[in-house]
Amino acid sequence: MSPLPRPTTPGAGILPVSPRWPDRSFRWLALLAALSIVALIVLVGWELYAGAALAVKKFGVGFLGSSDWNPVTDKYGALPFIFGTLVSSVIALLIAVPLGVATALFLTEMAPVRMRQPVITVIEMLAAVPSVIFGLWGVFVLVPWLRDHVFQWFKHTLGFLPLFKGPIYGPSMLAAGVVVAIMILPIITSVSREILRSVPNLQREAAYALGATHWEVIRIAVLSYARRGLFGAAVLGLGRALGETMAVTMVIGNRPDISASLFAPGYTLASVVANEFTEATTDVYLSALFELGLVLVALTIVINAIAQLMLRTLAGPGSGKVM
Amino acid sequence: MVQTAPLPVSSSASTVRPSAPASKPPPAVPVDDLPAFDIQGFSLWYGSRQALYDVSIRIPARQVTAIIGPSGCGKSTCLRALNRMHELTPGTRIVGSLRLFGDDLYASGIDPAYVRRRVGMVFQKSNPFPTMSIEENVLVGLRLNGVRDRAFLQERLEESLRMSALWDEVKDVLNRPGTSLSGGQQQRLCIARALAVQPEVLLMDEPCSALDPIATAKIEELIQLLRERFTVVIVTHNMQQAARCSDRTAFFYMGKLIEYAATREIFTNPANPQTEAYVSGRFG
Ligand SMILES: Nc1ncnc2c1ncn2[C@@H]1O[C@H](COP(=O)(O)OP(=O)(O)OP(=O)(O)O)[C@@H](O)[C@H]1O
Ligand SMILES: [Mg+2]
Repeated sequence: MSPLPRPTTPGAGILPVSPRWPDRSFRWLALLAALSIVALIVLVGWELYAGAALAVKKFGVGFLGSSDWNPVTDKYGALPFIFGTLVSSVIALLIAVPLGVATALFLTEMAPVRMRQPVITVIEMLAAVPSVIFGLWGVFVLVPWLRDHVFQWFKHTLGFLPLFKGPIYGPSMLAAGVVVAIMILPIITSVSREILRSVPNLQREAAYALGATHWEVIRIAVLSYARRGLFGAAVLGLGRALGETMAVTMVIGNRPDISASLFAPGYTLASVVANEFTEATTDVYLSALFELGLVLVALTIVINAIAQLMLRTLAGPGSGKVM
Repeated sequence: MVQTAPLPVSSSASTVRPSAPASKPPPAVPVDDLPAFDIQGFSLWYGSRQALYDVSIRIPARQVTAIIGPSGCGKSTCLRALNRMHELTPGTRIVGSLRLFGDDLYASGIDPAYVRRRVGMVFQKSNPFPTMSIEENVLVGLRLNGVRDRAFLQERLEESLRMSALWDEVKDVLNRPGTSLSGGQQQRLCIARALAVQPEVLLMDEPCSALDPIATAKIEELIQLLRERFTVVIVTHNMQQAARCSDRTAFFYMGKLIEYAATREIFTNPANPQTEAYVSGRFG
């Protein structure tokens, strides 16, 4: 190592120190931004609670367990909406996660390089379609098609299950699940793709070197390495599904019933708030809608918390956090 | 584009001339034995870029063959061609023939997975499967082959871990994740994983370059044990290592096989001036 050249001009060699103020003011600015987000969340929560106070006082905990929803008698309960939200979201996940992960696998592990970008672009376009458009398409194209073909098929082959019993109207829990699945497919696919792309090539090579076939490599080296992240992708999709409003409102049938049949219409927390806000004539009615909003927020938070706990028990590398 | 080969940078290489192993008898090439690999006129391209030029080499069975040469000369490429791993890189193309104990590995209808079951590989960076335990890591190759017999798996587990000199260190923690081991242990775990399927040949691409001297010494010892049962081909940048643990050495330069002879010959009396310059650290 040659020694560093000595400074020749006086004063040189001491690096100029940048002024401290940009550093400090940036720190304050960043802190302020972070705090304002927290403040916003607290504010929204508080406002929701304030709006719901009347209903909370009137119905108490029974609100959550009651399936009454009757503006005429001013009796309100959240159960059908919680049920509808959960069921439609779970249907959506059951469809979208396998499809999204399979698409991501195809894109990262199988598709010829030239084909990848076009497919990715199409998927991103799907994500850019506004919710109401999915709703319209759902009402006029998807739901009739499901009603006349898919639902009939389910009824004939799996009709012995309570899930597929009962009359077929078209707008239904299942239709909502399918529409939401299509809507959360892009996010699940693109997050899964990022996760799969982050699997080191060395892992794949390790499996190939053992004489694994392509599918075995995907199974032992790619999917198992990525499983935490993929679970995270599913949770992210679930978060979207729970709060999805517009398209669901248009295809779910909007009836606050709890039915075992997926062909039956349902209602979700988000839909009922959006739908009945303008009709809420009494204070209690409005307050009940507020409380449904509160329940939706709480549901989302609880489900995310459960997901984080489950992630922790899933051993493996990589953080499952994608949110 | 022709890449100019950089000088061997290792400072020790220029000062310490590696000495041929003293204890080992000069390895006689078993002329009658079928060579493990018989490679004739082998060239390889990455797209339009040629990485190997007309390589012909006979790698004897149950010996350790070292591949040395400056960075970018095609050592890894050559090694990966031996079990068709290069095919994972899109756009590669080969010409020439490569036989493993007489079987043409590139014959049409030969499944690369079959080739890789016969020719195992250990990588520069250890890569145990992080979601698997130590035990699962070792046995994954057998399980892929559909072996379900518990007693047999147990036996193979111990045998492989003993062969890779890891058994004593891990026998009580077989259920811990493979990634909970130290770097050197992980590399030996990867060796155990490769050995468990009992390949005919074990390829090693700079298996010690990420390890400290003690872990390196362990792996070198291990290689000495392996040569009793397996054929080993090892790529190394460390010429002392090549001198210490190989029977034969191949020197590559810019994609060409320059010289291939008994290790002692290569290090004490190389026939080619380029080889001489490289092994003595005076390159160019
Ligand atoms: N995937 C690839 N695509 C294109 N060219 C490649 C690829 N891999 C290697 N090459 C080229 O092939 C030549 C040989 O590479 P190789 O990796 O075999 O060198 P090496 O001898 O193993 O070097 P090192 O000692 O640095 O590992 C290099 O010039 C490299 O640029
Ligand atoms: Mg290399």
